[in-house]
Amino acid sequence: MRVLRLATAAAALLISATFAQAQIKIGSVLSVTGPASFLGDPEKKTLEMYVADINAKGGINGKKIELIVYDDGGDPNNARTFATRLIEQDKVDALLAGSTTATTMAIIPLAEEAGVPLINFAGAVQAVSPVKKWNFKTPHTDLMACEKIFEDMKKRNITKIAIIAGADAFGKSMRDQCMTVIGKYGIEVLHEETYQPRDNDMTAQLTNIKGKPGVQAVLNPGFGQGPAIVTRNYKQLGINVPLYHGHGVASKSFIELATPAAAEGVRLPAAALLVAEKLPDSDPQKKVVVDYKKTYEAKTGQPVSGFGGHAYDGLMILVEAMKRAGGADKAKVRDEIEKTKGFWGTGGVVNMKPDDHLGLDLSAFKMLEIKNGDWTIVN
Amino acid sequence: MMAALLQSRYGIVLLIAAGIVLIPLVTPSTFYLRVAILVYIFSIAVVGLNLLMGFAGQVSLGHAGFFGIGAYAVAVGPTHFGIPSWASLLIGVALAGLIAYVVGRPILKLRGHYLAVATLGMGILIAMVFTNEARFTGGPDGMPVPRLVLFDWVVRGVTTWYWVSGVSLVIAAAIAVNLIASPTGRALRAIHDSETASHVLGIDVARYKLVVFVISAVYAAVAGAYLALFDALVTPVTAGFLRSIEFVTMAVLGGLGSILGSVVGAAVLVVLPQMLTVFHDYEHIALGAIMIVFMIFLPAGIVPSLGRLFGRKFS
Repeated sequence: MRVLRLATAAAALLISATFAQAQIKIGSVLSVTGPASFLGDPEKKTLEMYVADINAKGGINGKKIELIVYDDGGDPNNARTFATRLIEQDKVDALLAGSTTATTMAIIPLAEEAGVPLINFAGAVQAVSPVKKWNFKTPHTDLMACEKIFEDMKKRNITKIAIIAGADAFGKSMRDQCMTVIGKYGIEVLHEETYQPRDNDMTAQLTNIKGKPGVQAVLNPGFGQGPAIVTRNYKQLGINVPLYHGHGVASKSFIELATPAAAEGVRLPAAALLVAEKLPDSDPQKKVVVDYKKTYEAKTGQPVSGFGGHAYDGLMILVEAMKRAGGADKAKVRDEIEKTKGFWGTGGVVNMKPDDHLGLDLSAFKMLEIKNGDWTIVN
Repeated sequence: MMAALLQSRYGIVLLIAAGIVLIPLVTPSTFYLRVAILVYIFSIAVVGLNLLMGFAGQVSLGHAGFFGIGAYAVAVGPTHFGIPSWASLLIGVALAGLIAYVVGRPILKLRGHYLAVATLGMGILIAMVFTNEARFTGGPDGMPVPRLVLFDWVVRGVTTWYWVSGVSLVIAAAIAVNLIASPTGRALRAIHDSETASHVLGIDVARYKLVVFVISAVYAAVAGAYLALFDALVTPVTAGFLRSIEFVTMAVLGGLGSILGSVVGAAVLVVLPQMLTVFHDYEHIALGAIMIVFMIFLPAGIVPSLGRLFGRKFS
């Protein structure tokens, strides 16, 4: 009985201690498990790591942050339930939520209705456009990857290309985004092919492309293993025009899967995080990406991923805005997020505007070329 | 009184209705109402599935496919074809019933679990169509669903949906109870006990199984349409294989052949994940462990096992 009473007292003490310190509540709904866990898992780890760090250094203007993370398992219905819970029950001051485009689209209307600042980590452009009052986003869009690629093609005087796209969410979205801006660069698509996400041979599609006269380059918007197989088949067929991939494949395992020999000369846009150590010292982004990479790899023992970087950027933008707003007042924090200027994150330099709640420009991407099985920065 | 209530045919329905009326009086915020709405919507699907599993003795592993057809009907119909939401809902429900008829008709003539295998494939196929036909369905990212408008009344807001889904669940349960008490229900129970004996008695086994399969598909499609209209968003996850498994689990957990059990099973699986968030990284393990404990100690499902424990017969 005494033990029980003691335990109750201790528990009560513990609870009151948490409440006394937690004065700013940040809520998060992420796809930590399920098919999108490659997004949600590094995001969750990043948020927890850096919130602990900020609290250890005294919090925001002396106030500690309490972070509440819920796992939606990649289901937008769950995401909406948990976001409702964060807003209604936990009464959070701000939301850092939405790993996928689908879950994010389920959360945005709730943040708008309740008037809670939301920074999301979704990839597609509809997660930030049209601009919604309370919604912000940190990852660069597929559209920007397209523009970066077309800019590079233009520099190499490429005007006629073929496209081979994955039929998954990412490949489809990027292909559609690319088609909306391709005209601006005077580039013409001579031929288009698609493949299913689980296909393990794209020789047939690539043979069709090879047979098209006048193709000066091939663009492959895709994600996962597809682009690696395209790269291998590309080499086997001896196609010798330049091959471009989207930003979704920028990982070390891509080169291994495609084999270094086949990947030689392949170009793709990627966030600076992947080439952190290779950036010139004069690059203002070098410090933030190298620091994040080292911290993440030391704390988790896993290689850094760009997705965790989006969460880092979101948290830091929010924390800075709260510092400037002098607290967690929702309307003030929202206004301050919108005024974010010259913030160097892992995704690039962020300059928010009332009509731009993403705030990234093309400098957020580096054009990479694979040489001798490693990344090199072009220009 | 309670016992008499539960013995009567509509006792269960009255019990569910009473719960639906009482819950808003004790809930502090709309978050709880949202959870309750999800329980009611899933319950509608599970009541239908439970008719199939509990009475016809057949398992459907593709019920989320029908659920998804209902959901995408109210999304695609108004957006691409200008059909009003209520009409799209009816079209979706009819389509789900038709697909169930076409799939079920040849297969239900066979004895054994062929329906489980066929529906498994069918469910995955339907989900694939939703993922790939991006022109109509928005692909893997899904699409927004326009609000339901009945005459000049826009059905929106958590409180409104609470009563819409609650009343619908009561109607769905009442129809199910009626069905069980009807000659069709008696035939179904006979089939469940012994197919051979029923056959000898002159019951057209295949026909009754088909009827109940179509009814269960209709229930699922209605529930799917409600979920899509309530969330104002639909994605292929709605029709995914895991959701089919979730429905089967709800039915088994609550109690096969029990209408009240269907609601209890849905409630447990919707509410538990919300309560288990305190376990953080271990919530999936906790969920699995709780379900195993339920099945060990309440092997016939929560409602029938507890009913037996207290010496009463729940239907």
